[in-house]
Amino acid sequence: MTEPDQKHTPPPARTPVRARPAPVTLANALPWILGGLFLLAMPFIFQSNSAITIMNQMAITIIFALSYNMLLGQGGMLSFGHAVYMGVGGFLCVHIMNWGDVFALMPLPVLPVFGGVFGMGLALIVGSFSTRKAGTIFAMISLGVGELIAACSVIIVAFFGGEEGISGDRTYGLPFFGVEFLHQIEVYYLTAFWLMLSALLMFLFSRTPIGRMANAVRDNPERAEFLGYSARWVRFYSFVAAGFFAGIAGGLFAINYEILTEENLNLATSGQILLVTFLGGVGFFFGPILGAILFTLLQTVLSLQTEIWQLYVGVLFLATVMYFPGGLAGVLMMHALPLRLGQAGLLVGPYIRTLVPAVVCALGAASAMEILFHLRHAALGESEMTLFWITFDSHAPLPLAIAAVAAVAGFWLARRSAPAMAEAWHKASTPHGGAA
Amino acid sequence: MTATPGPPPALEIAGLKKSFGKAEIIRGVDLSIGAGERHAVIGPNGAGKSTLFNLITGRFPPSSGAIRLHGHDISGKAPFEINRMGLSRSFQITNIFPRMTVFENVRCSLLWAQGYRYSFWHMVNRSRDLNEGAEDILEQINLTERRDLPAGVLSYAEQRALEIGITIAGGANVIMLDEPTAGMSHSETDYIVNLIEKVTENKTLVMVEHDMGVVFGLADRISVLVYGEIIATGRPEEVRSNPKVQEAYLGAALEAEH
Ligand SMILES: Nc1ncnc2c1ncn2[C@@H]1O[C@H](COP(=O)(O)OP(=O)(O)OP(=O)(O)O)[C@@H](O)[C@H]1O
Ligand SMILES: [Mg+2]
Repeated sequence: MTEPDQKHTPPPARTPVRARPAPVTLANALPWILGGLFLLAMPFIFQSNSAITIMNQMAITIIFALSYNMLLGQGGMLSFGHAVYMGVGGFLCVHIMNWGDVFALMPLPVLPVFGGVFGMGLALIVGSFSTRKAGTIFAMISLGVGELIAACSVIIVAFFGGEEGISGDRTYGLPFFGVEFLHQIEVYYLTAFWLMLSALLMFLFSRTPIGRMANAVRDNPERAEFLGYSARWVRFYSFVAAGFFAGIAGGLFAINYEILTEENLNLATSGQILLVTFLGGVGFFFGPILGAILFTLLQTVLSLQTEIWQLYVGVLFLATVMYFPGGLAGVLMMHALPLRLGQAGLLVGPYIRTLVPAVVCALGAASAMEILFHLRHAALGESEMTLFWITFDSHAPLPLAIAAVAAVAGFWLARRSAPAMAEAWHKASTPHGGAA
Repeated sequence: MTATPGPPPALEIAGLKKSFGKAEIIRGVDLSIGAGERHAVIGPNGAGKSTLFNLITGRFPPSSGAIRLHGHDISGKAPFEINRMGLSRSFQITNIFPRMTVFENVRCSLLWAQGYRYSFWHMVNRSRDLNEGAEDILEQINLTERRDLPAGVLSYAEQRALEIGITIAGGANVIMLDEPTAGMSHSETDYIVNLIEKVTENKTLVMVEHDMGVVFGLADRISVLVYGEIIATGRPEEVRSNPKVQEAYLGAALEAEH
């Protein structure tokens, strides 16, 4: 390096300026402490095995979604192939489980690290050419690589196990302080530990120089280059870090389910994490956490109630994209300003007048959908159905008519009070809007 | 000239040409700007002033010719490489990070200059130099009040000030400003000119400017670019009295001033 280094001379001393508080404050640490306590307490509130399974799935999805948001929300990279990094990390971990001699010496909680490193390794290779440009080119390359690796799963059978995938047994690992991870609850705490650690590390990453520059490159890659940063390398480092945390999620998946298949790295899974992240909101760090919780609940709880749950998820996604591009987190944070101004009370009335009809509309539309679905798909002669604890004949016209009327009336009422709602929002968000 | 010992000029341009397709926009520019000089580039609209800036700062590669920064060849280098060698620029069309806060905009402009590079082991909140440096710049560009707003919602004049803040934050020793006062009111212009004067002390400044009051007040030397060629370079009074300049540009520009 023969470059002149004049830029690095410290700037001349200036008049005193306000010092910024740097230390870790309680206010900064509080969400994390509460989050940790919450994770510790959850199994005491929801004790059934199925609830714990759902919580584990949630935790894995949260890590995966947060890692995805390092690309989408923080770095402005729209990936259609992020499942690949989670998938390969998971596959590797199952292989390690099956590698008896080695696994017998390894405590299970360490295993996800290997998933992470492997995901990172793949991201290193792919990122070296995919992060040159953002935008469409990046998206297309991610799609191509996703398709390629998914196709490899039936070609490289030794690693991916073909169509059946590969399975292992987590309990062969070195007992960890006597714990052999035979019980769901033990796996829960392992997963929760990794959730806390990964989320914290990803949050801290966003506060590092490279994490900040990822935002800058997202906003304006050209300008970032005039500040000394290569947009390409900034994207590359974010991409590699995202690959690492996706791999961690993959390792946790391997521990939880002890099987990985092509489904774990195909495009459908990649598309799903995009949906989850967007639903939660890409603009805030905690957005994907909300998205992952909501989506896992829909996926596990709603899917028990109705066969067409994916239709509802699709509608929800569309509504989010069209009306609430900030996602769930964006909607929540919209309330911060009215709350700070002490004017959130202005919103209550209009909220009730809009939301109640909107809910009626949604329930009516959903009922109509369920009735129609039942009409088409129920076994011959089976015309009785139960909806919202009411049992009726799905072939009779009256229930369908009621549902349709509820949908239309709810829609009409919600539409009618929408302008008042918008006005209330405006008032509540303007200083002194409610005074006098 | 080249035989004289001593430090090389801050910026030295020789035989620089640039064509977009068939159109030759920069048609052979030679220019030497000494270290510590305040140099203004003036000329009519479409003369190629911004294009000249874009060539020097690496936004476009030149079609031919040489550009040297402190004696090092920089033609064809990427913008970030040139910036790391101590050259920073602003843009005629505001070029900021709209979704980040004003404070983040400025802090990001300090990162490379303070040696953080691609670090993922430093926390930006914890560095005193970084945060105080950013606050200091905000103070200077009068945007302290706006520090936590997304830069995209600032008014036009505020965004122009931020544009300059981002450019000067890193403490580069060659600063290039493309129409820094464009669209500013009289008092804003005065303020910004003062600021430019202050922050470019002992540094090399190259600026494109249409406001002749600013140009003649600030510049040590002036180059007049017309239709891709420099028709005159010299001290303000030389340029002012140059008949070629009078004819091609200044006559009209000075009239417009009054
Ligand atoms: N990327 C480009 N591709 C093609 N033509 C370009 C490009 N950039 C600039 N030009 C052309 O080069 C010419 C000079 O433009 P430039 O922006 O450098 O002028 P300028 O002197 O900065 O003018 P102004 O005072 O209006 O800012 C214009 O005719 C413009 O259309
Ligand atoms: Mg211009």
